[in-house]
Amino acid sequence: MSALTATDAALPWAGRIRLSPGLILAGLFVAAVVVAALVPQLLAPHDPLEIGTEGAFLPPGGSHLLGTDESGRDVLSRMVYGARPSLVMGLGATAIAITGGTLLGLIAGLGSRLTESIVMRLIDVVLSIPELLLALVVITLAGAGSTNAIFAVAFAGIPSYARIVRAQTHIVRRSTFVEAAAGLGIRRSTVIWRHVLPNAIRPVLVLSTIGVGSAISAGAALSFLGLGAEPPAAEWGDMLSNGLQYISNDWFLVAVPSVTITLTVLSITVLGRELRRRSEGRTA
Amino acid sequence: MTSLLEVAGLKVAFNGTSVVDGVSFTLERGECLALVGESGSGKSVTTRTLVGLPGYGARVHADRLRFDGTDVTGFTDRTWRRVRGARIGFVLQDAMASLDPLRPVGREIADPLALHTTMNRAARAARVRELLDSVGVPEPEVRAAQYPHQLSGGLRQRALIASAIACEPELLLADEPTTALDATVALQVLDLLGSLKGNHSGLLVVSHDLAVVARLADRVAVMKSGRIVETGTTDAVLQDPQHPYTKALLAAVPSAHAKGTRLSAVERPAASASVQDPNPASEPDGKPVLAAVGLRKSFPGPDGVARVAVKDVSLTLRAGETLGIVGESGSGKSTTARLLLGMETPDAGEVLVDGTAWTALTPEQRRAHRRRLQIVYQDPLSSFDPRYTVDRVIGEALGVAGYPRGARRRDRTVELLEMVALDAGYLRRRPLELSGGQRQRVAIARALAAEPEVIVCDEPVSALDVSVQAQILDLLADLQERLRVAYLFISHDLGVVYHASDRVMVMRDGTVLESGDVRNVFTDPQHDYTRELLAAIPRLTTRAAPPPTPLGV
Amino acid sequence: MTAGGATATGLGGHPAAVAIAKRIGVRLIAGVGVLWGAATLSFIALHVTAGDAALSTVAGQGANPTKEVLDQVRRDLGLDQPLYRQYLDYLGRLLHGDLGRSYQQRISVSQAIGEQLGQTVQLAVAAAAVAVLLAIAAAVLTARRRPWRSIASGVELTLSATPTFVIGIVLLIVFSFTLKVLPVSGNDGPRALILPTLTLALPIGAVLAQVLRAELEEVLEQPFILTARTRGMRDTSVRVRRALRHALVQIVTMSGFVVGGLLGGAVITETLFVRQGVGQLMLSAVTTKDIPMVLGLVVFAAFVYVMVNLLVDIAYTLIDPRLVTR
Repeated sequence: MSALTATDAALPWAGRIRLSPGLILAGLFVAAVVVAALVPQLLAPHDPLEIGTEGAFLPPGGSHLLGTDESGRDVLSRMVYGARPSLVMGLGATAIAITGGTLLGLIAGLGSRLTESIVMRLIDVVLSIPELLLALVVITLAGAGSTNAIFAVAFAGIPSYARIVRAQTHIVRRSTFVEAAAGLGIRRSTVIWRHVLPNAIRPVLVLSTIGVGSAISAGAALSFLGLGAEPPAAEWGDMLSNGLQYISNDWFLVAVPSVTITLTVLSITVLGRELRRRSEGRTA
Repeated sequence: MTSLLEVAGLKVAFNGTSVVDGVSFTLERGECLALVGESGSGKSVTTRTLVGLPGYGARVHADRLRFDGTDVTGFTDRTWRRVRGARIGFVLQDAMASLDPLRPVGREIADPLALHTTMNRAARAARVRELLDSVGVPEPEVRAAQYPHQLSGGLRQRALIASAIACEPELLLADEPTTALDATVALQVLDLLGSLKGNHSGLLVVSHDLAVVARLADRVAVMKSGRIVETGTTDAVLQDPQHPYTKALLAAVPSAHAKGTRLSAVERPAASASVQDPNPASEPDGKPVLAAVGLRKSFPGPDGVARVAVKDVSLTLRAGETLGIVGESGSGKSTTARLLLGMETPDAGEVLVDGTAWTALTPEQRRAHRRRLQIVYQDPLSSFDPRYTVDRVIGEALGVAGYPRGARRRDRTVELLEMVALDAGYLRRRPLELSGGQRQRVAIARALAAEPEVIVCDEPVSALDVSVQAQILDLLADLQERLRVAYLFISHDLGVVYHASDRVMVMRDGTVLESGDVRNVFTDPQHDYTRELLAAIPRLTTRAAPPPTPLGV
Repeated sequence: MTAGGATATGLGGHPAAVAIAKRIGVRLIAGVGVLWGAATLSFIALHVTAGDAALSTVAGQGANPTKEVLDQVRRDLGLDQPLYRQYLDYLGRLLHGDLGRSYQQRISVSQAIGEQLGQTVQLAVAAAAVAVLLAIAAAVLTARRRPWRSIASGVELTLSATPTFVIGIVLLIVFSFTLKVLPVSGNDGPRALILPTLTLALPIGAVLAQVLRAELEEVLEQPFILTARTRGMRDTSVRVRRALRHALVQIVTMSGFVVGGLLGGAVITETLFVRQGVGQLMLSAVTTKDIPMVLGLVVFAAFVYVMVNLLVDIAYTLIDPRLVTR
């Protein structure tokens, strides 16, 4: 062994996954929300629509861990049952937005110069309108309701995803590894399929995790404004705006859905960021 | 008389990892000491510690750390600030990044004056002009008002030096002051630094390049893994190195006497029987595999006016030989390579691969032709799909060469890795998990996988430490001997080109100034520019004047 | 030597001024293009839903409208004109600041916006100022300073993940219902502005602070910062007078996010605090399906977005000399 070879040692690679307490808590919370969405009867102590016999505005404790609402319904059970619409909103809207955004972004990034400028100018126009206002326009034209709310949130998210995909496509297309693949004599369509597409889409897929959180938040905002789900279905945003009427006497009714929504969005964001950090090769 | 700088047992650690591990040296007034080492040797951290800026999260311990007789180990940031810029000047590498891009250079140079003197604005402006003038910047008035991006690399480095000497410091620290510069410019900057060393001030130069500092330093300290392994006068260290590391470092530098020999101490890998040799023992003058006639290419500049990048370049490359292209940045050498590879279409002229012109081929044939010419980039990392493992990187190239997925491809992949002195253990690794030298080996293996006749090496060792550089150069030479592959070797480094090439082309401003056998061109250059380039090569020879013997050493 | 270095005549010289003017001109044209696009989309949406337009105009007047009445209304609204004519008329009216007429409120959209704008501007400007100041303070004070860095980024992460209405509700519960120091709702006086401003500012400020700190930490790693330190500059000056300027160059690219956050957040904040303003106008227009009002507000939002971006771009050009002197 020469005296010199030691300097060319491989970089230390932190491949081992280290989990911080915050990450574990976030993971557990998201897991709980997913379980609640899939099999609510497993976690809910009562029927979310059942009007209890013990009375309304019960404080937390006893057989009603989080108390009862103005109609005497069990708040905890309503929270558990509210997980599904929130998760459907988050996942559905993100899936639609990512699909639309990716398609538009790829059309712009891989298409002719004319196609690209048409798509990008259109995206510029839509981006000039704040996302919430865009969602409100969709609801005005299509009507309120939980399905339309999903489409409204999804539509508002499309342009930003499209822009990221298009920018990434450009970076990847000009990258040295694409040139190297072309230099091997690989067919252009194969190079695009094998190298450009996966690398152009990957950042957006990672971002989509955080996007699920934002979509849940946006969906809750629409419900809060009274444009989401129809009562009496248990839905977090709706429970929150409903509880707002009684905030001066019983702020607990508002606090429970507020905290739940926040913890859900926060946990998903924490997980999403960790995913993004790992995908970018950073370990710290 | 007290030494200007006394360092004993200096230790610096980051998060428990020791970076500087017991460094000791002294620096006298009127003396120039060079700290030499490869990346990660701890030389930069050592230098920064001398101004109390070891870096974020550093733990520093020193048995003794004295500047001008004063113990600085207990200095607070406040005390340090009175020393920095006033009594110790610091020149960082890469002046583009070391000057604030949002401020005119004159303001940058005036910073130490504003911080350490009572001069008013007008006096500072006058002093800035004086300083710029003294470091050889023409039109100081105009330059002071310009932003760093408007100056050339050499002028930026001079401006940075002007800022460091603004308060006439007793100690000047220069960290890789010429690394980002072209050779001819680097030479001028070195001479400028040498001229600044007065009777009352000391100069500490940090570099990865022994040859660069040999020109400047009275004494040299060689650093490795946070320790100084050898100290001595420049002559002593160069002529009679004691430590094996210094010896290896000196041997690794390609130089006149080393041509045709191995640079690294690594044993030549035994040619395994399983590696088939596509062209066993062909005649020394092989058939031309790549030729170019009258290449010309221009690109539209930012102002819309076409700038000629390559004009009238012709060349022939024969099987098994290496043609070097040497030139400074902007000389058109990389554009020439891209034209040869068919990645750009020439405005005029013709590139012939095995006697067939690129332009005469259908797109389909062109694709099939590509694998005959492969390229090894300066930055191998960016040339790999980040999602791919080494296995897939090489496998993809093998697919093109007609190896279907399966056992044969797997065996061939391992074979190729062994040819570049890696083993099957690297198959599952991703490029990010490899060192710079290992990445370049994988890049070479991928190039070989396509079974090319020509490999274009575009600055293949420029980003590597000199010892790793030596290993890669040796590897390329071994492979050529075994496989009869032709290299087009592009570099700005004349030493490297001289070592690696049979024939050489010197380029400037898109034209070939001269070409011929590498020994002839380098020993008997015909063109002034070639002479200038050769004169600028830092040489590992004794300097003309004997160094003054410093006191107390 | 670069060609630019040889010919440029320095700062404030003629070529730089021309370059600035050219850059602003290009941005202006792009901005007008975006507005034209927004107007066109809005026209298409109006046209597709125009069938309802005549009906809704008269629906409020009571009994079944006869065909004659409907035709009359159609003529009044210009719906009998050819499509291109209607489009050009629409664009012409927009140029004069006429955003159309509300179905419900019997007044012009511009007038409605005008009446409500003051309150929202007050809220948005206050929130923007608070958000930017908080972000700058948090970033400058905590960048690369353990342990403050992790504490601040944890708080920012939480705030940025918290929906605007939740922040408002928490503030209400704490300051209005528990401590009873600030009013619950209304438009009266500066005290009523405090909670809505914070509600709107905190999530935006949290995101800005995260971006700003990341930028600042990247800048603080740059060699020219080390150079400044080796000249004897103190840490605070390095952060505030050198690094911050670079980080702000990046933060101005977030202006679109800020405008969007402020306008979208205003709808929620004004609803929560029962304040008058453009946000409330928007929400009531959505609930009553007042399509011209909704679209008028959207075109107005696009206009605000374009104007803010234009101003920011001019500021950007002045901060970064690299953009105009090459």
